[in-house]
Amino acid sequence: MELKNEKLVRMVNISKYFGEVAALRKENFEVGYNEVVGLIGDNGAGKSTLIKILTGVHPPGKGRIYFQGEEITYHSVERARELGIETVYQERALGEQQALWKNIFMGREMTTHLGFLQVKKAKKETERILKEVIGFTAAGLTPDSIVERLSGGEKQGVAIARALHFKAKLIILDEPTMGLSLSETKKVLNFVKGIKEQGKSCIFITHNIYHVYPVADRFVVLDRGRTVGEFIKKDISLEKLVNKLYLVARTGEISQN
Amino acid sequence: MLKRYLKLSEFKLQWSIFAVLVALFTLFIMGAPRIFLAPDMYYSFMSTIPFMTIMALALTPVIICKEIDLSFPSVMGISAWMFASLSASTGNPTLALIISLITGLLAGLLNGILVVKVGIPSLIVTIGTMFFWKGLVLVFSAAGGITLVPLRGTILFQSLVGRIGGVIPAQALWAVGLAFLFWLILNRHKFGTHIYFTGDNIESARMMGIPVNKVKILVFTQLGFFAAFAGILLDLEMSYYWPTSGEGYLLETIAAVFLGGTSAFGGMGTIFGTFIGCIIIGSLESGIISVGLSGYWTNLIYGLVIVISVSIHSILRRRT
Ligand SMILES: Nc1ncnc2c1ncn2[C@@H]1O[C@H](COP(=O)(O)OP(=O)(O)OP(=O)(O)O)[C@@H](O)[C@H]1O
Ligand SMILES: [Mg+2]
Repeated sequence: MELKNEKLVRMVNISKYFGEVAALRKENFEVGYNEVVGLIGDNGAGKSTLIKILTGVHPPGKGRIYFQGEEITYHSVERARELGIETVYQERALGEQQALWKNIFMGREMTTHLGFLQVKKAKKETERILKEVIGFTAAGLTPDSIVERLSGGEKQGVAIARALHFKAKLIILDEPTMGLSLSETKKVLNFVKGIKEQGKSCIFITHNIYHVYPVADRFVVLDRGRTVGEFIKKDISLEKLVNKLYLVARTGEISQN
Repeated sequence: MLKRYLKLSEFKLQWSIFAVLVALFTLFIMGAPRIFLAPDMYYSFMSTIPFMTIMALALTPVIICKEIDLSFPSVMGISAWMFASLSASTGNPTLALIISLITGLLAGLLNGILVVKVGIPSLIVTIGTMFFWKGLVLVFSAAGGITLVPLRGTILFQSLVGRIGGVIPAQALWAVGLAFLFWLILNRHKFGTHIYFTGDNIESARMMGIPVNKVKILVFTQLGFFAAFAGILLDLEMSYYWPTSGEGYLLETIAAVFLGGTSAFGGMGTIFGTFIGCIIIGSLESGIISVGLSGYWTNLIYGLVIVISVSIHSILRRRT
């Protein structure tokens, strides 16, 4: 049952300290159903920390997390996945020296009851993912390829394909276009459009407002651990948004009008 | 184009270590054909090399995890003492075997917990536990050695270190069987995959939900267990417990693992390589002496073989 104004994700009053460093200060953050949220902010603003709390990597220092209206009490990476949250981390989270097929199923291997790998099945599935999701077969990638030898864009493709493969309700992309060529960036943006078309939700983290503007429905601007601005795309033009961001960078404040 | 993606270096690496083995044995055969073309020398290798091999197999996943354990020879020692003294005092070698194995397992678990939960680097933890267990052995076995001759002929003895068909040492079959088991776990089981990912990049592994702490604890625990097993085999093979048992295994075992191509940077290593590495390290001394060089040469040649092999690995792995 979805209440009319219920959100897919609600993070309430989240605070997180790393020692003395306040990464998040009483932050509130929401993602709606079938919504693409652009999460923007300077280096160290707390964007990655916020989503890592949501994905169970970091325990939240303080605050509550609701998923489809229900509070998540015990959080972990497995729990987040069960709920249908898939993530492409800024660090990509690949095992560089391992084979591509192992990376696709990293942490949730296809196994028999006794935990033995279903190697053939997993490789076949990887092959399909390569062909259908990434479209990289032409480049000579195989399931046995070692990730270390892939280009930056190919690695990002693997990380994204991995997130898209498992049926998720929310897909989080942390700096997915960093270091990518123009054509690779376009591909990533198309993935995001696909997520939206499939009725799923997405958090798109980036420094590059020009990348996120065309694909997002709403923008959240984070600065030093708290939200300083929130904009619906239909209410604001790209130029205006850019100007607001300059303002935040200079003053740490934003005017909402 | 296709080439740059494949795991060729790993195959090359396994071939190169195998080539080193073949080259060495060719030299031995040319230098001492009488000895190295007769089976006796090989039976002798099969009786002596398995102790180190079993520990090297179990050490391999630890190093793949980017950790190290220096305490396993001392764990071997305390377990060997436990087995000998208990079977002598209770007359029940099976009970002694079980308690000794559990001792090893707990010693390994202790290392794992100190590394993971207390957060001390494994190099430091295991230097500590190395001295601790070794010290404990010295305190306990002040009385000296323990004879195990009465165990000869028991089923336990036969199945662990008996001579199959009158010639083949059972411990060699144990080593081969365990090598297969370790290969299976590392290459065909989820746990093995988790070991590689943990060593490759622990942060990535954690973000993808691999229980890295559990993996590390288990990896240390099994090494303790297999060090105990090797200690028991050594007791039985000698039919005598010496307070010095376990000594001399540390550097040779570690060398065998690195010789086999396991990377100290974590995330890489093969059981095949470790197995071949053990044969090389375990046969080198006899080979050197058989071809007529004095024993003084042993260390120097060990050093050469290790440095050359590890350099080959490193070159093969260099990114293209
Ligand atoms: N694991 C950690 N340990 C200690 N401090 C951390 C850790 N992770 C993040 N921080 C700190 O928390 C703050 C927020 O970091 P975070 O990575 O969330 O920023 P970000 O908005 O993602 O920045 P970027 O755009 O550079 O990725 C920074 O000051 C950072 O140094
Ligand atoms: Mg970040």
